[in-house]
Amino acid sequence: MSYPELNKFAYNMRQNILEVSYHSGTSTHLGGALSMTDVMAVLYGKVLNYDPKNPRWVDRDIFILSKGHGVLGFYPALLEAGIISREVFETFQQNGSNLIAHPVMNLDLGIESSNGSLGHGISMAVGIAFAAKKQKKHFQTFTLVGDGETNEGSVWEAAMLASHLKLNNLTAIVDYNKQQNDGYGKDVLRIDNMAERFKAFGWHTIEVDGHDITELVAAFEIAPIDKPKAIIAHTIKGKGVPFMEGDNAWHHNRLTKSNYETAISSLQESVE
Amino acid sequence: MEITSKTARQWARLGPRGVYGQAILAIAPEHDNLMVMSADLASSSGLERFRTAHPEKFINAGIAEQNMVGVAAGLAKEGFNVFASSFSPFIAMRASEQIRMNLGYMELNVKAVAIGSGIGMGFLGNSHFGIEDVAVMRSIPNITVVSPADCAEVVKLVKAAANYKGPMYIRLTGSANCPIVYSDDYEFEIGKSITLNEGKDVTLIANGSMVYQSIKAAELLSEQGISASVINMHTIKPLDTEKLQYLVEQGKPIVTIEEHSKIGGLGSAVSEFLSPLGSGVKHLTIALPDAFIKTGAYDYMLKDQGLDAESVSQKIKSFLFQR
Repeated sequence: MSYPELNKFAYNMRQNILEVSYHSGTSTHLGGALSMTDVMAVLYGKVLNYDPKNPRWVDRDIFILSKGHGVLGFYPALLEAGIISREVFETFQQNGSNLIAHPVMNLDLGIESSNGSLGHGISMAVGIAFAAKKQKKHFQTFTLVGDGETNEGSVWEAAMLASHLKLNNLTAIVDYNKQQNDGYGKDVLRIDNMAERFKAFGWHTIEVDGHDITELVAAFEIAPIDKPKAIIAHTIKGKGVPFMEGDNAWHHNRLTKSNYETAISSLQESVE
Repeated sequence: MEITSKTARQWARLGPRGVYGQAILAIAPEHDNLMVMSADLASSSGLERFRTAHPEKFINAGIAEQNMVGVAAGLAKEGFNVFASSFSPFIAMRASEQIRMNLGYMELNVKAVAIGSGIGMGFLGNSHFGIEDVAVMRSIPNITVVSPADCAEVVKLVKAAANYKGPMYIRLTGSANCPIVYSDDYEFEIGKSITLNEGKDVTLIANGSMVYQSIKAAELLSEQGISASVINMHTIKPLDTEKLQYLVEQGKPIVTIEEHSKIGGLGSAVSEFLSPLGSGVKHLTIALPDAFIKTGAYDYMLKDQGLDAESVSQKIKSFLFQR
């Protein structure tokens, strides 16, 4: 996929995030979904190896959404990638749906794991990457971790083991939007120097603007020899919708009709 | 690993932890996809020989039980048959939410093994005891919970578990110089209790270390003219309800005996089965108190807590006379 196509992928995702969130009539995790959107567009538009017609293809790359509340940045990527249909996508948060506010493992829908409790997905990703090494398989494993999620100690347990096992087939992307449920990370629990932290744990670490498609693509192309890779993606919570950007009220919130219309039109203006 | 009176004696000296490691070593050639994990307790789990013989099948997660369970799940997702062990509270409680998400919610094929559960860790104290683990583990959907009666049953269980597709919590109780229940081969099936002897006055249902104490208690009761059945209910979940239904129809009093808190263990599981039936079958739970107990040598504590055969038989006698 070309850069303009990746930008279009991300644009479509944002439009779908807003639409499905509004039509669900419920509060959803909008801010963190919009911050991770460009990372997900690059992953599903260019980086990941998958077959949309056969989500269980054995040689597919594996993506684990460790920040499980980021489903609104995930399901729209599956939709855009052609792995799930619009019909399925639109069941989001309907009674009995497979697509709820945290992922529920469903290999036919391209959802590799159940998440929602933070600090779990990265451990599973370490296990999967190590299994690939053991089985001499060539697929890659990716996991998206929230910066707030790194408050969980188990993230660092996983980080230690990944470098100890030299898992150069594992990439963790940190959605470093600097805000979490209760506000700025710096006020809740300081997690600055994110790149230095991962580096100190033995990871090959790259810092990028998490909304710059070119930088993201370049970061994904780096292949460390004997280390796992951490892409620290500096992002903005609510990115793409001006009234949401950096406003933590949109961490988990419900769109009114007028909010929704404003959001959609500002999104459209941004590309005109 | 054939069960004979000789091997049973050898294993008994080693204790369940050491035998767990031996059993894992023995099944390795039959399971290409075996992966064994420990959280810096390989040497305490009898896994030294295994990791020397099969370094490619062993992962030390370091002192990080939560991550160990998550990594085990990732390996299981890719088709590995994973056994991950630690001391009971560190795996069943510190990593309980990882077990809930990965083994329960996602039903990934991991065997979580608690070595030294109950109060077998002796002077190491309550920090290392497994007194609440059954309550926690059996309340998580999809998890099978099994506690073997002696070292020979550890061997049977490890073999059965490796062929069992699905998540399981294995609870090892007892210590070195573990009493022998089985010295001949026998039929072992996960989920199916074993009747060790038939009696006409009362039925003792036990698991783990308490199976042996129950056999001895039944002998003491017999000297006093009380005839007791003894059942090895090694699988706590799913409970052998077919056997329990049969016991209810018989109508004799039931006594459950376990090395676990009286809250949430085997006694609770049996009560949950009995109470909706309103059958009037009397049930006594013999278990550890809801307390952090005074610590000492294992045998001292069993006696102090009324879980030795003598105390168990006395409790049963007063329960029967009180009727």
